Amino acid sequence: MDVLGRYRNLIVLVGVLFAQVLGLAVQVRRTTDSEPTRLIRIWAVGAVTPLEKVLVWVQTSTGSVWHNYFYLRGVRAENRNLKQQIERMSLEQVRMSQDADQARRLQALLAFKEQFISRTMAAQVIGSSGSELSRSVYIDKGESDGIKPDMAVITAEGIVGKVLRVYRSTSQVLLIDDQTSGVGAILDKTRLQGILRGTPAGEVVLEKVMSDEAVPAGEMVLTSGGDGIFPKGLLVGRVTKVAPGNELFLNIRVRPAADLSKLEEVLVVTRIDERQAQPDQAGAARAVDILAERLPTVPSKPENAVKADTPGAVAPSNTSSDAKPKAVSPEASAGGAPAARKTASSPSSSSGSASGTSLGTSAGTSSGNAATATGTPAMKVSPKPVKAAETPKPQPAVEDSPH
Amino acid sequence: MAITYTSGEQVEVYRFSIPATILIPLTAVFLQAWLPLRFPFFTIFDLPLLVTIGFATARRSPLAGLLTGSVIGILQDALTHHPIGLYGISKTVVGFGASSLGIKLDVEHAGARFLLTIVFYAVHEVVYFMISRGLVGLRMAWTWPHELLSGVANALLGVLVFMLLDRVKQRT
Repeated sequence: MDVLGRYRNLIVLVGVLFAQVLGLAVQVRRTTDSEPTRLIRIWAVGAVTPLEKVLVWVQTSTGSVWHNYFYLRGVRAENRNLKQQIERMSLEQVRMSQDADQARRLQALLAFKEQFISRTMAAQVIGSSGSELSRSVYIDKGESDGIKPDMAVITAEGIVGKVLRVYRSTSQVLLIDDQTSGVGAILDKTRLQGILRGTPAGEVVLEKVMSDEAVPAGEMVLTSGGDGIFPKGLLVGRVTKVAPGNELFLNIRVRPAADLSKLEEVLVVTRIDERQAQPDQAGAARAVDILAERLPTVPSKPENAVKADTPGAVAPSNTSSDAKPKAVSPEASAGGAPAARKTASSPSSSSGSASGTSLGTSAGTSSGNAATATGTPAMKVSPKPVKAAETPKPQPAVEDSPH
Repeated sequence: MAITYTSGEQVEVYRFSIPATILIPLTAVFLQAWLPLRFPFFTIFDLPLLVTIGFATARRSPLAGLLTGSVIGILQDALTHHPIGLYGISKTVVGFGASSLGIKLDVEHAGARFLLTIVFYAVHEVVYFMISRGLVGLRMAWTWPHELLSGVANALLGVLVFMLLDRVKQRT
């Protein structure tokens, strides 16, 4: 009894430590992903996050009053610059939409299923884990807002992480620089795939890329879609350093595009849809319309002349009229084909509109079989816009297909 | 009568009121979670550890020290995504050690507090490192410059935190 009293403190210490070690062992043994969140976490998060929310709200409100009503220096100059930027970007958009249309048509031929983010939810970052070794943040959206575990979290700059735990009105997001995270990634130009992981020091590395591959510094890293969380093609960051690593793999360091240490607002991807690529929906027509609008007005033809022209060439412009009625006046729909023909002579802009005529129709019949049946002529047509413009006849392609 | 827990030793022993006992650790954990978002460098500090050491040395009761460390550590663990107990065990050891040392040493001066904090920061990191690697299997990197810098930074902040705690502690 005397001994117990004498060593009381030590006995309690050993008892408390033993209980915690036992608890740790149980947690490590179990697969934590399938378990419900522990009550102690709910209490801790419930105690800390309301205050964080209030502070963030106060900070945001004060900031918005200051920036929107008082601190407006340089807004006029910024506005002027932005207008110039919009003009530049609208021209760029025309070019890019044509490229995108061409890509869509080729994807349709290959029966390619694309993933796209169809719904996101904006969330405010309200807190962190407070530990260097646990790189995670808390956001102000939770179960009541429809957030679920394993949803992707992104910003406009790049990916951020995934939702790890969901509470009633908050969620914990595991950042990509945490050592327990893993993201399927692909290098933009070399198309090498690997796994993106965080290191204990908080860096991000791309693993599982063979050491005999050449990876230049500065190359963009995108999501590969292989992890089932992030849709394919989202920006992750850029390669900063490449060095020989352990075993047969390279040690590729990546700087995340999103600044993970200064996160304020993020987007939670609440829905990802998968669909078959649809050729020539609205993009090609838009590009053609824009180009047609810029060309000198084409005088309207006599009615019988228009009828004689239409069978082969009008097909795509019909879809354009569905997609964008305001741009397609009777003149424009008749002039769509001539406009395409005119632009086909210039190599820069013709490929998108011209090849769309033939490929779009063939893929429309049945994507999987059309790819095999019409693949050869289609691939011949697309890189040579002049030929495509000369053969505005989707009918042979349809006839060739077995269905 | 305020309910407090003190060691009952003959040395100068302090106590904290119930609100201070609850709110100070909670505030420390809250600030530890919130400040790194605004000031990323703040992750090198461990405010809950400083509060654990401050409470333990003032109360001078090993039992109270280890229990305080255990509760603060588990609270801190709950906010991370790692298993609960990593910070809990580390801070239990620190709480016990700091209060045991507080009985024998004079920890009222800034210099002593500075050294004490460095020592217990190192103890905390070593225990955390060992448990993380040995029990949980986390990949951990031990970098001496980083640990030394963190230790000094925490000791400096610790001196300030202890001065603030001096204002709320009560002589028994």
